[in-house]
Amino acid sequence: MSALLQVEKLGKRFGGFVALEGIDLEVTAGERVGLIGPNGSGKSTLVNCITGALRNESGTVHFDGKRLDRLPAHSRTRLGLARSFQLPKPFHSMTVAENLHVPALYTVNARHGQHLSPAQIDARVDEVLTQVGLHEKANRRPRDLTQIEMRKLELARAMTAEPKLLIADEAMAGLSHSEVDDILALLLRLNAQGVTVIMIEHIMRAVTSFSQRLVVLVAGRKIADGAPEEVVRNPEVVKAYIGE
Amino acid sequence: MPYVPTRYFCLIVALVTIAIAFASRLATNDYFFFAGYVVLQYVVMATAWNILGGYTGYVNFGTAGFFAIGAYSAVVMHKLFEPPLIASIVVGGFMAGLVGLGMGYLTLRLRGVFFAIATLALAIVLQTLVTNWDFVGGARGVYIIRPETGPFGHPYIQYLFVLMLALSAVAICIARAIEHSKLGYGLATIRDDELAAEAAGVPTLRLKLIATVLSGALMGMAGAPLPYYVTYLDPSSGFNLAFAVNSIAMPLIGGTSSWLGPLIGAVLLATIQQIATVTISSALNLLIVGVIMVAFVTIAPNGILGLFERGVRARRRPAEKEAA
Ligand SMILES: Nc1ncnc2c1ncn2[C@@H]1O[C@H](COP(=O)(O)OP(=O)(O)OP(=O)(O)O)[C@@H](O)[C@H]1O
Ligand SMILES: [Mg+2]
Repeated sequence: MSALLQVEKLGKRFGGFVALEGIDLEVTAGERVGLIGPNGSGKSTLVNCITGALRNESGTVHFDGKRLDRLPAHSRTRLGLARSFQLPKPFHSMTVAENLHVPALYTVNARHGQHLSPAQIDARVDEVLTQVGLHEKANRRPRDLTQIEMRKLELARAMTAEPKLLIADEAMAGLSHSEVDDILALLLRLNAQGVTVIMIEHIMRAVTSFSQRLVVLVAGRKIADGAPEEVVRNPEVVKAYIGE
Repeated sequence: MPYVPTRYFCLIVALVTIAIAFASRLATNDYFFFAGYVVLQYVVMATAWNILGGYTGYVNFGTAGFFAIGAYSAVVMHKLFEPPLIASIVVGGFMAGLVGLGMGYLTLRLRGVFFAIATLALAIVLQTLVTNWDFVGGARGVYIIRPETGPFGHPYIQYLFVLMLALSAVAICIARAIEHSKLGYGLATIRDDELAAEAAGVPTLRLKLIATVLSGALMGMAGAPLPYYVTYLDPSSGFNLAFAVNSIAMPLIGGTSSWLGPLIGAVLLATIQQIATVTISSALNLLIVGVIMVAFVTIAPNGILGLFERGVRARRRPAEKEAA
């Protein structure tokens, strides 16, 4: 069985600045992968290239057996690739619930053989909002949310798309200890239901407890990829983190 | 306000339209129809602008261009076939929609002020083309003889008035239908955040093109009867800056969040302008718009609708506290 996500020799530049170079990454269906690295190491850029928010100049991305490189971002989402944004990007003119209607209407209902009725969409949105603990705020606008709630909204919107692979880009930054545990439990539950998860996180406690495998980026290159216990002892990784 | 399904809304609009058409029979003076035509023309223009500017967040400064495409399409049709005006309206709308599609494709990657400038440039290019096109009169302009009477034997200006009334109804129905549809959600996500929209599965490019085509086509339809209204059309009147300024100012003043805003803004501003033209001078019109717009941008950035909503919320808040 081939990988669900397969990134090969991916490279991305911003002008003369090499943000990513020669990135190879495989993620198997059902896996929980942690992606770590110092600030500015290219984690979000990699997510952007995988999901189509940015175009990579070199290398290829395959997802679920399909080549993604030339597909616009929305087609990738429909194929089952969902992500949360590190800097929350809510639809600020809509309520929290309406924010979740968008992926239900445009992603879930755009897939073959699926069509949720308005009532089913409402129910689904309710369910996701309850899962992330935003149910009380369903009819509020994003401007009424705290930063933390905004991150939950990001995650909720990605979840509503019913992805095969969910990429959470620092969904837990700024959360309290117990809130981190809540989100971890949520992601674990999703994973148990069959959703593959890539977690980008600076909170080491969270990534190491969540991930079955850790991938480390430093300055746009992958320097380690393996079992969490081994990766955190890897001298290069230790150096990158202490040197920071 | 309770939610009214789109088909009932359109039925109500149709009834109101018919009622206005009949009520207008009471007008004894043709001036009413001349003035009313202009007001309604701006209802269509403001509503059309708002589909792209308000719902989708793309500010089109080139409205005069789309309007003039409609007007000059009608001139071409008139010279070639002298068809019924309705046919020219359809053709004008089609041509302007086509240009909207082209504009959408060419300016895909432009956002904010760059998009606005590109649309302005488009209008200037079109004006230059028309100015150098002799068949439609070039810079000299063209005379169109307005028929004495419309198809039902009424004075032609009354026919023009009723046509524009019907177009307004169509535009308002389209705008309102979009608002409460999947398309409306999609356009709003584009306005709010395009990256997030794509990530949620919204095909932003396709929706933007739908918006530019619809908006452009409605503007072209609003422009098509113009040659028969003015009877003399030259590029500087067809591409008049006032069209662009007005069709942006009206939604902004009324409020861009729903179909009602452009309607209120257009009726209010165009009526004030018509009154000012008669009582003071027509040169004052743009000044009036400018002053009102500056006032609104500073005092009520969300337009009259925004003021109203704020009022409703302020009144509701004490009640909520009591309930809590
Ligand atoms: N759109 C862009 N234009 C130019 N440079 C960019 C752009 N996006 C990212 N970069 C640069 O690319 C590098 C990698 O950024 P990226 O956001 O991917 O890092 P990151 O690993 O996600 O960091 P963090 O942990 O802070 O989120 C940084 O040096 C950043 O300044
Ligand atoms: Mg990042």
